[in-house]
Amino acid sequence: MSEMTNKAKNTVLNEMTLEFDAVSDNESFARVAVAAFVSSLNPTLEEIADIKTAVSEAVTNSIIHGYENIYGYGKYRNTRPDFQTFHPGKVQIHCMIQGDILHIEIADQGKGIEDVEKAMEPLFTTKPELERSGMGFAFMEAFMDELEVTSRPGEGTRVRMLKKLGTIPWIEDED
Amino acid sequence: MGKGKEASREPFAEKQNMEEFKVIDNCLMVRLPEEIDHHSAGFICEQADWYIVKQNVEHVVFDFENTRFMDSSGVGVIMGRYKKISCFGGKVFILHADKQVRRVLRLSGMDKIVEIVEDNQNE
Repeated sequence: MSEMTNKAKNTVLNEMTLEFDAVSDNESFARVAVAAFVSSLNPTLEEIADIKTAVSEAVTNSIIHGYENIYGYGKYRNTRPDFQTFHPGKVQIHCMIQGDILHIEIADQGKGIEDVEKAMEPLFTTKPELERSGMGFAFMEAFMDELEVTSRPGEGTRVRMLKKLGTIPWIEDED
Repeated sequence: MGKGKEASREPFAEKQNMEEFKVIDNCLMVRLPEEIDHHSAGFICEQADWYIVKQNVEHVVFDFENTRFMDSSGVGVIMGRYKKISCFGGKVFILHADKQVRRVLRLSGMDKIVEIVEDNQNE
């Protein structure tokens, strides 16, 4: 870690903001967009996989917990069924590359989380009927280097994640 | 290639027409899509459950051959199927899991309750 390049750590090299409807169709769009944005840093395939998973978790959380748009639970690759109400809402993604550090901020204005610590416990889920595994925050924590969740009930949730690229070795299988 | 009139309407129709679910003896084989997220998980759950209930399935085999991405929704899918069949002595098998999928399975502890079939032996 000591040989980390010190070149202009604090200058912002690249920045982007995305806003999209809180619908499950946009989950794949969100993670692919972030992965494409990061490509200028020449990440490894493993780093891309990590980032995609973390983004997917955070966006999915916003959609099904923040806005309670659960209708992705249905037919694969299908459009929105009529019988399920759509709660309008947007998810914002803000990405910033600073040196070799990637900052991702995913925000929603949904219903928020009452007890963030409890929500971050592995296997804790408020929607077991959707067969959610409760591993979302655990995955974000594992795949990114830093995770910070701020939330206020009724006002929304903001997830900040940070990943250092090019320095963290791939965690090898321990068989 | 295209299946005619429907092909232009639904770009993924061809993929869906591939045998995603198949019951062989008492095993349900599920061929999973390229990306498993919350959006696609619901359909897999519904279909798999239908086969488990209607067709006397004992074991479930998930084939990750085409899968390049899986998040915690995929863990939910496997966990849910495991709960449904394990009380009757059934097992869940996982085929062709790539590195990313394996990592997700290991992190969530799923590798302890399902059987990950190693496929790097000579075929």
